[in-house]
Parts: sequence; structure tokens; C-alpha cells
Amino acid sequence: MSRANFLRVIVVSLLFALVLQPEWFAPIFEPFTPPGAVVIYDRTSLLSLSLSHLGIVAVASLAAIIVAVLLAILVTRPQGKAFLPLSRTIANMGQTFPPVAVLALAVPMLGFGAGPTLVALFLYGILPIFENTMTGLSTLPPATMEAARGIGLSRRQRLIQVELPLALPLILTGIRLSVVIAIGTATIGSTVAAHTLGEVIIAGLLTNNTSYVLQGGLIVGLFAVLIYDALTQLETHTRKRLGVM
Amino acid sequence: MIEIDNITKIYDGRAAVEAVSMTIESATITAIVGTSGSGKSTLLRMINRLVEPTTGQVRINGEPTAGLPKNALRRRIGYAIQGHGLFPHHTVAKNISAVPRLLGWHKDKIHARVNELLELFSMPPDEFRDRYPAELSGGQQQRVGVARALASRPDLLLMDEPFGALDPIIRTRAQADLHRIQRTLGSTILLVTHDMEEAIQLGDQVAVMDQGQLVQHGTPAEIITNPATEFVAEMVGGVDRPLRLLSLLSVSQILENGTAEGDPLDEKSSLREALSVCLWSGRSALPVERNGSPIGRVTLEAIRSRAEGTHEPG
Amino acid sequence: MPNRIKSVVSGPGLLFASLGLVALFAPFLTLAANRIVAGEGVRVWDVAGPEAIIPGMVGVVIGLALGLPSAWQSVRFTGSLVGIAALVWLLMQGSTSLLEGAGTYARVSLGSGFWCLLAILLLLAADALSSLSPGPKMRSALLAVAIIVSALVLWSGALTDLSIFREYANRQDAFFNAAWRHLGLAFGSLVVAAAIGFPLGVYCHRNQGLRGAVLPVLSFLQTIPSLAMFGIMIPLLAWVGSTIPGARELGVVGIGFLPAFLALVIYSLLPVVANTVAGLEATPILTLDAARGMGMTRHQRLKQIQLPLGLPVMLAGLRIVLVQNIGLAVIAGLIGGGGFGTFVFQGLNQTATDLILLGALPTVILALISAITMDILVELARPNQMRHG
Repeated sequence: MSRANFLRVIVVSLLFALVLQPEWFAPIFEPFTPPGAVVIYDRTSLLSLSLSHLGIVAVASLAAIIVAVLLAILVTRPQGKAFLPLSRTIANMGQTFPPVAVLALAVPMLGFGAGPTLVALFLYGILPIFENTMTGLSTLPPATMEAARGIGLSRRQRLIQVELPLALPLILTGIRLSVVIAIGTATIGSTVAAHTLGEVIIAGLLTNNTSYVLQGGLIVGLFAVLIYDALTQLETHTRKRLGVM
Repeated sequence: MIEIDNITKIYDGRAAVEAVSMTIESATITAIVGTSGSGKSTLLRMINRLVEPTTGQVRINGEPTAGLPKNALRRRIGYAIQGHGLFPHHTVAKNISAVPRLLGWHKDKIHARVNELLELFSMPPDEFRDRYPAELSGGQQQRVGVARALASRPDLLLMDEPFGALDPIIRTRAQADLHRIQRTLGSTILLVTHDMEEAIQLGDQVAVMDQGQLVQHGTPAEIITNPATEFVAEMVGGVDRPLRLLSLLSVSQILENGTAEGDPLDEKSSLREALSVCLWSGRSALPVERNGSPIGRVTLEAIRSRAEGTHEPG
Repeated sequence: MPNRIKSVVSGPGLLFASLGLVALFAPFLTLAANRIVAGEGVRVWDVAGPEAIIPGMVGVVIGLALGLPSAWQSVRFTGSLVGIAALVWLLMQGSTSLLEGAGTYARVSLGSGFWCLLAILLLLAADALSSLSPGPKMRSALLAVAIIVSALVLWSGALTDLSIFREYANRQDAFFNAAWRHLGLAFGSLVVAAAIGFPLGVYCHRNQGLRGAVLPVLSFLQTIPSLAMFGIMIPLLAWVGSTIPGARELGVVGIGFLPAFLALVIYSLLPVVANTVAGLEATPILTLDAARGMGMTRHQRLKQIQLPLGLPVMLAGLRIVLVQNIGLAVIAGLIGGGGFGTFVFQGLNQTATDLILLGALPTVILALISAITMDILVELARPNQMRHG
């Protein structure tokens, strides 16, 4: 086993232990707990928080991927060309909106709970994927496109068999950026009463219980790092296969 | 005079350049020819110490380069490379004056030198000084690259495939320009190329390298008429050799008295051109003129006898 | 649609016009009995008397209509300005007239119709501008004019009847403190990150081994969710404050400005270092070989060749950092670090929408202004040859 894979196994095991058997870590967190306070977060099961956190991220990201890729395909077709400059501006300027602000602004419209978090993650998540897919589809090697036309592929066939596969590494980069932001923003979602791991951290901040902050921070940090790593691996793999390292 | 003395460069236990010795006379052009991987660029880059020799010595006018500070040495040696390597964010004038500025020349002197060089390369200073490299054609960029290399009047000009990025027509003109400027300034030039045609056209001396070794060093005529190895013969291009040889000689060298029919040829034309005209127009002799007045003729017979001097090696 | 019309009418313009007309039917303002309860939506034609409404609505429709012709981009841009001016007029008239006789605690807030129309008109402006593609100087001028005009409108007091400005009036001092704190967090951390990141980037450029060690660590740190990072900084600094003698006196405590500042610096390092390395590598190999061959020292090559050529990429890194930090500084509000986040989270706690807006809107505007300014700087830093194309 390579050193990187060994490290991955360790991190995954640590994460599972933190989520499933948090009481094993009580001696470690003890010194961070104020006198008389509870050491290990027990208001809700960490497993249910983790699943709900990842669930919100997964649903929002999946929807964002579908919408973003479809939109990017539309604006890079000849019929949608008029919308391309506008799309670039929206993608560029839209990403300057802070994710937290998007989340906070969704509350007045949707109330508290998972709803505004889902919508904020979805809306914000679209932009990086949209931008990267757009770039990927509009910067294909001209010789390859010429060849695809030359061998008689229809527009649809070109899109499915040539353009999307070639743009895939860039699309995956967009997805990675988007998912990592979503994991972070979902954490803040607990301030608007979404059921996520942010709850643990917020509870710690409100009661000055550092051990809660550390538990929540560690779990969500490890999830983020592992998912980032997995998506990077996937990206490297597709790049290698396409020979565009 | 540049002396390369038994110089060797070893990379990972393999010799890229192996025990090469050669002497380059001042005010001449020496062309180093070889295929890619022959070590010709490494040899060139050891002279301004962009690559440090493993063993051996380079002397410029008797002074070993190893003893000089690297950057001071490089500022004394002009360096022009394929694709010119101009600084894209500097104007033409600033590019050309790069080395004089490094040497701390006075502003007025730099200004005058830039103008002088631009004029030498037929680029009116008023028009070109303040342009950026991206606003020039490929040929102009290449000329600025050479002008930059010549700016501080270096002892020696090193050129690594200087015309490599140019298309054939501009290339021929650039070669002619270089030849003219070298004759005007009396510069010493060491030039690396993979193109034997170019080496023969430009070089007073041609050095052929193969697998890190110097296999032959001589005048173009020697290289063509008497290739030292199979490899050199191949580089010179078997069947083309008589034609290459003829291209080195001018009509005036086999001029005979007499007259001939048809359009005259200038005495500076090469025998290759003369042969071509004979064959195309079906004549066996051509009139030759100097400054527009007839001075004699050249015959197909004479041309042929010059081309027959060649024998296969071994 | 026949092709002839298609080429005359701008596709986005048509979309904006249709969406805009629909948005006119959505509640333009909302009227609530007090600042906490949800308001009642009021449609645009009901917000004031006809003498105020008709010019406003006509202005919006004209603005949308001017967005239609595809050939005249400056007309389209003018249309967006006309439309936005009409919106402001409607707000001024509507907020005052709705409050008349509605009680002391009554509040008028911005409705979905207003937000949609504003977004549509801004998109129209952006679409027209992206086709006009003004140069960096023109863009700076436009930005300056936009800022000055907005400031004048706010200054004039014409909009003070709106709920968000009531919230502002109630905490004017706190607002400016928060603004300074927010700027201090975002720009201060940028300066510190640049001071550490540039030299680190230069070393990483020179030393492959160092780069292989530093960049993965920084991208790992970047991945950690912000709330977790801010949270972890608190115990860390509290520990430093209580263990290292003298640290507490220097202000190193677990809560407040410092943990937020430090977290922002850590997040900023990756873009600064990675873009410095990328910028230094932007110099073509041949250019660098020529510089070396003519006897430039390493320092001269760095200063005269690599830095000027890499500057746009490095500035692009600072743009990422600045925009990112302005957004992340909101989280500081959760850990007592101050800034606009304070209002956002107070607003969320009190379910007071306009207090949330009072925190979120300045953050968004600040981020947009910074992004546009940095984009202009990046373009100005681009070496001439690229601008000439």
C-alpha cells in the first residue's frame, strides 16, 4: 500500500470512529471542556447530523450539476450564443457573492430550516460548475472538432462523444470547487436551523465548550478533506486517460 | 580567437559532448551542424557557461572563461536563440539595450547604439523603437533578437537555431542579412543549426557533430568534397552534393573569354544558378556581365568539370 | 420567430423584457405592522397615487424596451439606467405614501417584485456592458460614477422611510464600527497574507521540494469549512494566550478579532502562494534562457522579467483572496469578531429580515466593488503586448 493510501485509510477510520464512537475520544477532549459540562456532544447523534449534512450537500450539488451543465451546454450552442457574454458575466460576478450572504438572504424568502440552506447551496453551487463547463466546452482543440465534423458526427453525437468527454476534467474541477464550498456553507446552515454538523460547533461556541467546537470542526473538516481528495483523484484519473495532464 | 580545448559534458553518466576541441578565428562565422541530440546546443551553451563543462576549457583571446564571473562573461558574449526570446513587456528599444543597460552604459550612448543597430537591420528607429515585440512580424522579431545580441559589441556572438522559427522565404533573407552584417561589423559568430544547407551558406567553417563528438571541421567545400564519415556524407546529402558544391562557387571563378547567346548572368551568381539557367534555356554557354557590361562567358562543360571533382569516401 | 426579427432583437433583451413584465405583477413593496412580523405585499400600482406611479412604471417599461434592439448596445445600457432610476423613484414615492397613517411601528420593506426588477435591469446593464467591453479606464470611470450616484441617493435621505434604513438609523454607530472592522479583517488579512505569501511563493518557485510540501498543505487548509476553522482558532489562541507569557497582554485571547483575522490569513495563503508560483512560471522558457544568456543575475531576472510578466496572475490571486475574505469575514460575526456578520446573525436570531439585509447587502456590494476594481488592476498590469493583442 502506498503511503498516501495508508494515510487515507487512517483518516477514514478516524472519521468513522469520531462519528460512531465519539465517547472513545472523551479523554482527549476532556481538557477542553469547562468544569461540569458534557465532554462529548450528545444532544443529537453525530451520525444523524453527518448523514443529514452530507444529504443536503449531495442533493443541492446534484441539482446544481444538472442545471449548470445543461445551461452551459445551451449557451455554447449556436442558438444560445447571444447569452454567452451575459453568462460569463453572471458566473464571474455571481461568485463574488459571499455564500453566507446568499444563505442569509434565502431565509426571508424561505423561512428557517433545511430549505434556505438547500436553495443557497444549489444557487451558489451552480456558478463554479457553470463557469468551468462553459470554459471547457468553448475551448476545445479546433483540430479535434474539425475531425469530429469531418467524420460525419451529428451535432448531438459530437456533444456526447467528443465535447463533453473532453471537457470532463474541467467540469470535474468545477464540481470539486462547488462541493467543497457546499460542505462549508452547509455548516453555517445550522445557524438557520438546518440539521447539519455546524450545530455541534455552534453549540460549543454558545456554551464556551471548546470540546464541542473541536469535535464538530474535526468531523466536518475530515469530511471536506476526504471528499476533496476523492474528487481530485477522479479528476486526475480522467485527465490521465485523456492525456491532458 | 575562441579556443575550445578538449571539452566534455557528462549527464547521468552519458557524454552529451565528448572531448571536443576546435578553434574559431576572429571575424568568421562557424556553423555547428548536427541532428537533434548531437550535443551541438550543449557545446554552444558551454561557451557562455549556461552549461558548465564537466572537463575541458574554453578560452576567449587566450583567457580561460572558467576564471571569469558567469554573468560578466555572458555580458561579453552575444546570445541569440530560436524564437528570439524577446522580452514581451519591453519595447524594441528596451529589448535591444538590455545588455548595455546591464553594463551601465550612459543613456545617450545607449540611445545612439539602438538607433545605429535598427538602421543596420533596415528598421527605421522612429518607427520601431517604441513598438512591442508582439507588434512585429516574425522576421522583424528575429532581427531585433540579433540586434539585441550585438548591442554591446560582444567579442563573440552565439546563435542557437536563430532562424528556426522563420518560414523559408523570410529565412533566406534573414540569412543574407546576417551574412552582410557580419561582414560589415567583422563579428565572430558561432552558430548552431540542424540544416546543412544553412551551414554551408553561412559558415566560413562548418563543424559537424554526431553523438557528442566533433566528426569533421573544415571549410564548406572540404565538407562537401571530402566527408570524413558516412554520417557527414549523409548530412551533405549524397546525390545533391555536386549541386551544393556548385552553389559555393561563383561564375567569376570559371570565367572564360568569349561570348554567348541570350540573357547575361551577373558574375556574382553561383555556378548552381548558371547550371540551372543553362538547362532551363537549353544553352551550353552563357554570357557573363559585371555591373551590366559583358566580361566573358561560362560554359556548361566548365561547370560540369567543377562538379566532377567529387569522390565518395572510403 | 422569423430570422429577420431574430437578428434585430437581442435574445437576452427579449428574456429580460418578458421576465420584467412578469415581475411588475409581483409585490413591489411589503407593508408590515412592525419590524418582526411578515409584511403584506403591495403591487407596484398600489404603492402610491397615479401621479407618482405612472412615470415610474413608464420608466421601467421604457428601460426594458430599450434593452431589446440587439445592434445598439449603448441604447440598451441607457435603458438599464432609465429602468433603475425609475425603480428608485417608485421606492421613494411608495415608501413615503404607504407609511402615511400606517402607525408608528409600521415598516415598508423591499418586495420580491423590486428585487427581481433590480436584478433584471442590472443583468441588462451587465449584458450591454459585456458587449461594449469598455477599457479599464472607462470601467473605472463607470464604477466611480455608480458609487457616487448611489452615495448621493442614499445621502439625500430620499429612501429613509424604507425599513432597512430604519434599521441603519437605529444603529448608525454600530454600523460604522462594523464596517471598519469588516474592512480591517478583509484587507488586513490580505496584507499579512501577501507579506507571507509572496516570499513563500518565490521560494516555492525556486525550490521544487518546498513547493511539493507547501502547496498540498495550503490546499488542505483551504478545504476546511470556515466555521470549523474559525471555531478551532478560538481554543488555539486561548491556549496561546494562557500559556505564553505576555501573549495575553498583547491581546491574544480566544474570542474576537484575532481568531477571525488569523483564520482569514490562513485561507488567503493558498491563492497568494499558488498564483505567485504560477505567475513566476508564466515567463516563456525561451525568454528566460535569453535573459540568462545575456548575463542577468537571478535577482535581475526576477525583478525585470519574471515579476512584471507574472504580475497579472499574482494580482488575480489577490482578487480571489479579497473577494473570499470579504465573504468569510461575515462568519466573524458568529465568534464575536465583529463586522457586517454581526447584523446578519442578529437579524437571523430576531428574524428581522431588514437587519439581515443591513449586514448582507454591504458585504455583497463591497465584494462586487472589490472584484471589479481588482479586475481593472489585473488588466492594467497586463504587459502592453497582450493589451494590443
